[in-house]
Amino acid sequence: MRSSSLAKPMLAAPTRRRLRAFLLLLPSLIFLGAFTYWPVASVAVDSLFGRRLGEKVATFAGLGNYLRLAADPKFTTAVLNNLVYIAATVLPAIVLALGFALLLQRSTRFTATLRALLFFPTIIPLVGAAALWTFLFLPTVGLIDYYIGRLAPLSINWLGNPDTALASIAMVTVWKNAGYYMLFYIAALQAVPQDLIEAALLDGAGGWQRLRHVVLPLLAPTTAFVAVIAVIQAITTVDHVIVMTKGGPDDATNLLLFYIFQTATELHDSGKAAAATVATLVALFAVSTVGIRVLERGGRHVG
Amino acid sequence: MSVRASPTAIVAGAGAIGAIALLWSAPFLWMVVASLRPDSAGSLDIASLMPSWPPSWANFRLAWESADFLLNYWNTLMVVAGTLTVQLVTMSLAGYAFARLRFRGRDLIFYLFLLQLMIVPPVLIVPNLKTVTRLGIYDTLWGVMAPYWASAFGTFLMRQTFLGIPRDFEDAAEIDGCTLLQTLRYVLLPLAKPALIAFGIVSVVAHWNEFLWPLMVIDSPSHRTLTLGLASFVSSGEGDAEWGLIAAGTLIVSLPLFAGFIAFQRQFINSFVMSGIK
Repeated sequence: MRSSSLAKPMLAAPTRRRLRAFLLLLPSLIFLGAFTYWPVASVAVDSLFGRRLGEKVATFAGLGNYLRLAADPKFTTAVLNNLVYIAATVLPAIVLALGFALLLQRSTRFTATLRALLFFPTIIPLVGAAALWTFLFLPTVGLIDYYIGRLAPLSINWLGNPDTALASIAMVTVWKNAGYYMLFYIAALQAVPQDLIEAALLDGAGGWQRLRHVVLPLLAPTTAFVAVIAVIQAITTVDHVIVMTKGGPDDATNLLLFYIFQTATELHDSGKAAAATVATLVALFAVSTVGIRVLERGGRHVG
Repeated sequence: MSVRASPTAIVAGAGAIGAIALLWSAPFLWMVVASLRPDSAGSLDIASLMPSWPPSWANFRLAWESADFLLNYWNTLMVVAGTLTVQLVTMSLAGYAFARLRFRGRDLIFYLFLLQLMIVPPVLIVPNLKTVTRLGIYDTLWGVMAPYWASAFGTFLMRQTFLGIPRDFEDAAEIDGCTLLQTLRYVLLPLAKPALIAFGIVSVVAHWNEFLWPLMVIDSPSHRTLTLGLASFVSSGEGDAEWGLIAAGTLIVSLPLFAGFIAFQRQFINSFVMSGIK
């Protein structure tokens, strides 16, 4: 780097090396600082201040925002919805991804085409997927009711009914992500040692037994990894909620990040939005930490 | 792994997977069929997957005219290119530092970088909006790009890639009098091309499709990206149930990624597998 070579005669080697490293890291650190570290610190501070309507300056609110957050039934609903949504997306997506991978693990032209088809939803914008699925879910005339309706007349207001809306949103998520998770399982399956399978075959293990006792344990690290990214995904993606239901009906599809979005942009309650952001960050941190623990243990178990 | 399976199992498996694949692609099939259907407003059969013949381009023409897709395309291209260009620079420099230089605090700083994988930008929309406003880039494409200009995933990827390249190449370049930046530019980066392409694909797809953050930052219709344009197009059309139009709009927005995926399938899939290594 030019500046450090200029500095050569004046600085001792370790200092020069440190300067060089610093200059190489600086561009990244500037943006990480401005958009990752600083916002975490600032949102934590903001969550302690409140601004009443008509007041120019925010006043110290202590834990006031957190108390208001805890007392807000909408927030409680969003947390509970998000938990249900995690359960309703992570597990089905993993089971489907694993099933797809088991069925398509051989590489032929046929399986390559099918893999591509299943992966396709991953690359389309979630907003586009939401637009398509809004139509699919239309009562009576939509794709789902239209085709199921041929078996038995059906008119379900999928997105308009609080009982089915969250499940419908979850369906879109599973459809969009299962093909992506499938890729990790295919990669992992290709790394399963052949001799283990053959040993199990010699022992007379049937297909289900081989899967249950040989393959699944070997895939445990992949499952842990996919579960972590799927949970993070379920907490940090609400594009489809914004397009399809706007959190409704009756807050049935109000998720954490949507709550933050709505509190900040529609209600302009920055203190409460900040407190909700801190709560979400804590949840994400917990998920990642637990995930890393499990991954490390799983890795050691296999290695 | 491969296991000898009975013929019945193979047939059952193929049948199951065929049915699933058909079910999985139904939304796409509908999108294509409905977008090419001549004016069908008011018809009860808009859900039919049977293509109408002859196909009609009317929906595409109308969708193209009723939304500013050309401008949205341009904005998205700017965002995608501007984000990726800066990312490639910052991640190559930082990746080199972590792979080749020994300095105090290196591991700690590396963990600080990796924090970004945990604290994903969508969660920080509220404080980042404040920052962007204070920096004077609210309602600009710069504001959409800036939070992504440092990439922990990219830095990690470059570090791994550089670690896999023998030092001999750099030593030779250094003897020839190359500065560090020249060595990086003319020796290491060409060798790291597969990783750069993989990162590029994942980054382009992610930012082409991004919605929530642009929705926060962009106010003027003239700065809308494709996803914002599509969302407002959908919400304005929903009332009249112009579904053929909405299908055409969705196709217009996703078409470049479809084309890229079909042309470079293997590369796309490998890149996305790699994106998981983070």
